[in-house]
Amino acid sequence: MFYRESGEFKTSYSEDQQSFPIAFDRWFVRVVLLFAFLVVPFFINDYWEKSVLIPFLVWSMAALGLNILTGYCGQVSLGTGGFMAVGAYAAYKLMTGFPEMNMLIVIIMSGGITAMVGILFGLPSLRIKGFYLAVATLASQFFLVWLFNKVPWFYNFSASGMITSPERTMFGVAITGPNAPSWATYLFCLTLLVVFAYIAKNLTRGRLGRSWMAIRDMDIAAEIIGVPPLQAKLSAFAVSSFYIGVAGAMFFTVYLGAAEPTEAFGIDKSFLVLFMIIIGGLGSIFGSFIGAALLILMPVLLKNIMVGLLGWPTDLVQHLIFMLIGGFIIFFLIVEPHGLAQLWRITKEKLRLWPFPH
Amino acid sequence: MSTNQNSGDVLLSVENISLSFGGVKALENISFDIKAGEVRAIIGPNGAGKSSMLNVINGFYHPQEGEVWFQGEKRKSLKPYQIARQGIARTFQNIALFKGMSTLDNLMTGRFTKMSANIFWQAIWKGKAENEEIANREFVEHIIDFLEIQAIRKTPVGRLPYGLQKRVELGRALAAESKLLLLDEPMAGMNIEEKEDMCRFILDVNDQFGTTIALIEHDMSVVMDIADRVVVLDYGRKIGDGTPDEIRGNQAVIDAYLGVAHD
Repeated sequence: MFYRESGEFKTSYSEDQQSFPIAFDRWFVRVVLLFAFLVVPFFINDYWEKSVLIPFLVWSMAALGLNILTGYCGQVSLGTGGFMAVGAYAAYKLMTGFPEMNMLIVIIMSGGITAMVGILFGLPSLRIKGFYLAVATLASQFFLVWLFNKVPWFYNFSASGMITSPERTMFGVAITGPNAPSWATYLFCLTLLVVFAYIAKNLTRGRLGRSWMAIRDMDIAAEIIGVPPLQAKLSAFAVSSFYIGVAGAMFFTVYLGAAEPTEAFGIDKSFLVLFMIIIGGLGSIFGSFIGAALLILMPVLLKNIMVGLLGWPTDLVQHLIFMLIGGFIIFFLIVEPHGLAQLWRITKEKLRLWPFPH
Repeated sequence: MSTNQNSGDVLLSVENISLSFGGVKALENISFDIKAGEVRAIIGPNGAGKSSMLNVINGFYHPQEGEVWFQGEKRKSLKPYQIARQGIARTFQNIALFKGMSTLDNLMTGRFTKMSANIFWQAIWKGKAENEEIANREFVEHIIDFLEIQAIRKTPVGRLPYGLQKRVELGRALAAESKLLLLDEPMAGMNIEEKEDMCRFILDVNDQFGTTIALIEHDMSVVMDIADRVVVLDYGRKIGDGTPDEIRGNQAVIDAYLGVAHD
């Protein structure tokens, strides 16, 4: 009906290879982006910023990063929390070491530093696979958190062992620190996410992405067709860690403001991001977003309904939410083991032929 | 897809190859050559070492003894992906496609060594990266036409029936634009019609693109029909080498296939 590709005739390969080959998708994405950039900033308040939008943007970025590594290249990683910590501490050291540095450059460089650390911890992937690699990356998680607790240089020898994000401005408006207005931090994170999501889409549908997927699906055949496994795996680790580092830097500078590694970047964060991409859909950019949305926004929504609307006590609601989210995860995985993105893909295929499926 | 070799020149030769796994001798002192432009068949009973031979040729196994000469040069010990770059492609006995990817993406992966845009151009999908994608897409579309798989262009290959998967795998090897194509049992498990199609494709590839082909096959009627020369292995040793007619009359080959009374 409204979602179909019949009647759309592609006359060139570049038309067939665009990011969104179906006209409806193109328009939908445009409208969502316009809404997010032009409407939301005028209505955003502190509550929406701190508990809904910024967490969603930050965790989407992290999920995007892990999906590149695990979903596209097939290398399971449990080190996401540790890599986010690298991004956060890199941003902290850059901000305090070079107070004049533009925030955008700080964030990108934090990503770059995390990418290098990621390559280092990705080296075992050349020898070990699957569960064993997951255990190896788990080691990186604990090692990195331990490192940031143990070496005072990383937190500038502060007495509390915490790192705090100083105020930085962009175009004269504060985007970090307690005085930053909600719309500025929101726009800053949104812009980063949109740009990097676009880049992720391009990388995954091009030569590099195909080499990742080839390694994931059949590494021997990939090697025999000319894909060097070393290059493919390490580039996946690098790009993935870059995204996770950027997410960590955003999480610390914009959202938390002050952080302590054991608390902010613990193993639970690694699992959270892994669950996001499993539920959202491995090997799907869109899946990273819905996975993050489900695990970040669902608890907020349920809390609002139960506490705000029904007036139940907060502690009861807190426990109920845990149970409900757990139930949802099991339900979705039974209904569609390939994640919500696959569910959406099937719906799209049906919609294309609707109302004449035969 | 043209070789700069004259047909009749030796494209690849293996000399005195011996390969063993622990105490098991998979190949013993094997020598034969593959001439540019021919269809060379490797046959033999199960466990004769045919697949091991292909694995040696494309660098997956490194023989303990012997040499591989490719295009007149002695080949150093290389990794499989480096050998792919030199122009040797292959298909597998049990299909080794990238199951999560579409037919088109599988074939585009075959073009991996022909593309070179760096990560920054790929990230913004402009300039060299975009041009390269389009140019290689055009090449891949020729192969899709040639193999008559237009309708399944965007289907994930995991969903395709066996016969089509075999065809896509041939397509992926063709996309690499190799000088030498190694086919490991391209017709295993196919019905007569699919076999005929596959034979036609193999002969057409050989004819139109001038690609040299080495294939392993168990169906003797197919081998005798399409091969120019045949080499026969048994228990890791070479027991025959020659034109199909010579092989048909070779007593050692007949014994190996039909068995012989030992007294």
